[in-house]
Amino acid sequence: MRDTTTRPLVEVRNLKMYFPIYSGVMRKHTGDVKAVDDISFDIYEGETLGLVGESGCGKSTVGRALLRLYEPTAGRITIAGDDVASLSPEALRRKRPTMQMVFQDPQASLNPRMTVADIIGEPLDEHSGLSKAEKLARIYELMDAVGLNRTFANRYPHAFSGGQRQRIGIARALALNPKFIVCDEPIAALDVSIQAQVVNLLEDLQDKLGLTYLFISHDLSMVRHIADRVAVMYLGQIAEISPVDALYARPLHPYAEALLSAVPEPDPGRDGARQRIILKGDVPSPANPPKGCNFCTRCPKVIPVCHEVEPRLQEAAPGRMVACHLIHPIDATRAGETGRTGAQEHSQQQGV
Amino acid sequence: MPDGAMPVLEVRGLKTVFHTRGGSVHAVNDVSFHLMPGELLGVVGESGSGKSVTMMSLIGLLPSPPADVQSGQVLLGGQDLLKATPEELRKVRGARIGFVFQDPMTSLNPVFTVGSQIMAPLRKHMGLSKAQAEARAVELLELVGIPDARRRLKSYPHQFSGGMRQRVMIAIALACDPEVLIADEPTTALDVTIQAQILELVKELRQKLGMAIVWITHDLGVVAEIADRVMVMYGGQVVEQAPVKELFRNPRHPYTRALLKTIPKLGGQRGERLQVIEGQPPILGFPPTACPFRARCAHAFARCEAENPARRPVDGLPLSQGHDVACHWSPEGAEDPSQEAAHA
Repeated sequence: MRDTTTRPLVEVRNLKMYFPIYSGVMRKHTGDVKAVDDISFDIYEGETLGLVGESGCGKSTVGRALLRLYEPTAGRITIAGDDVASLSPEALRRKRPTMQMVFQDPQASLNPRMTVADIIGEPLDEHSGLSKAEKLARIYELMDAVGLNRTFANRYPHAFSGGQRQRIGIARALALNPKFIVCDEPIAALDVSIQAQVVNLLEDLQDKLGLTYLFISHDLSMVRHIADRVAVMYLGQIAEISPVDALYARPLHPYAEALLSAVPEPDPGRDGARQRIILKGDVPSPANPPKGCNFCTRCPKVIPVCHEVEPRLQEAAPGRMVACHLIHPIDATRAGETGRTGAQEHSQQQGV
Repeated sequence: MPDGAMPVLEVRGLKTVFHTRGGSVHAVNDVSFHLMPGELLGVVGESGSGKSVTMMSLIGLLPSPPADVQSGQVLLGGQDLLKATPEELRKVRGARIGFVFQDPMTSLNPVFTVGSQIMAPLRKHMGLSKAQAEARAVELLELVGIPDARRRLKSYPHQFSGGMRQRVMIAIALACDPEVLIADEPTTALDVTIQAQILELVKELRQKLGMAIVWITHDLGVVAEIADRVMVMYGGQVVEQAPVKELFRNPRHPYTRALLKTIPKLGGQRGERLQVIEGQPPILGFPPTACPFRARCAHAFARCEAENPARRPVDGLPLSQGHDVACHWSPEGAEDPSQEAAHA
């Protein structure tokens, strides 16, 4: 396992990201799409936190808000000691090198009129005072690191395949020696045989450079492979955060359970072995989430209290946080303190 | 064919070439397969492997030019669709062969109600009156599990969610009781929980209606779950074909074997590192003279460069019935393949 120290690199507290809805002739503010609604979690130095959920659950919004590509509605986001959510524009600019992003679609996130060297070198122009020769040396170094042939430095993105383009995006993200990288569905646009190449590259770079990842994906099998801990999101909130093996062995939240059971397994012999939970209906609109637990409209285990009271994220087992009325917290007196206790305990166990 | 069972659909030696300004692309090379009544054939391959182009060639859905279906036979109940006139093809599409596309957002017309889109093939192909068509449309929506069907007929596609739209697409494809349903990545654009709903629906419909289905996907998990038989495509060719359990237990083609190893599993041991298939899929600029997988193949030798391997039976059964593979290499003498697949 990777080295996980007790220090969280990223601390998110009560993050809310609402997008306003304006309607009518006067464009009056009539409501909000609650894309992310009051979530708290930590990411420890050197670990990969997987963030999974269905489309529209707010996982990409979390990734973008963390890097303040959106202005969060409320909450604190502490990355390596600074509250990113409240930094002044100038301080934020100085902070940018420590936190970077790899985007989903390498086709759309690379400027087709810039050469590979320009693309990878742009962050260096912005944030470092390197001379031309130093810059080129750094670009070559980065291209080597991600497995791109140096001789392609003056080519344009269209000359590369999807997997190679994703490598360009990763090289650009690495240019300024970041500590923290948000990988937003980095393999979703790639073919199966290419996905493994990119995931292996991300893992190698993590080992070599001590990177911390937030790995956003809807591919639950790949998240199981790459993540140390996994957060399951539903309708703007976190349903469960658990260490990866514990979650996949026995998901505690009914949504996590249904989500994992829905993944088809590439093994035709196991038909009867797994109990599939088919969720009825669709995800409600985040502009008008249901009262009580946000999963109560589809939950197969729903009880009356779910329609009334919103469950809090509480520690249900060492290192496992679950927001569900059916799951009892291990210690009622500690339950008030969200996130911290459980996560710390977990990391101490891992550190041994 | 043995037992007197006749395939509903038989494709022989299909070749499709695209003529573009940048040169020709040999997208489908000598593809043959058949589909038995009530059978579900899974077609697996990466983007560019020719799986969608093959199916679209069958029923004349490719614009020509640039597409050119050069040779082959597509026999639907004895009729060769490649020789059919556009008018005859129109009678086949929708009526005898239903098609479900990948993206339910773009394949429904946003300016017509869902009801009118389901009723169109019913009135055109089956000559139903408006009232009859409407009654049948309600039946179809109920069949695919859309609640409050009669009211929903008047809704527009944007009023449906992704999963519901795919259900509508399936309803349209099923409208005229086709003999064959071709589903091109029907769940790829959907979330896993919704995908599970659709897979469940398809299993149910098969039991009720017993139609033959071709299911195109790149997701081996989906194939393992619903297919009876699997055809693996690479570089515009069929590289391996086998009953589903046989393919997963005893994969013969190096591409299939590598593919099964690159995907991480949901259960079992968590691997330290993913196996990769190095390199990129081929660009099909010329008619194939060598094995399309040779550049990425761990087992390639001189013959792979000199000669494009033909499909040969693995288990002695005639082609397309048992297990066949297009490869010069044989895993015998190498590691035991069943062991390799068993850790899945």
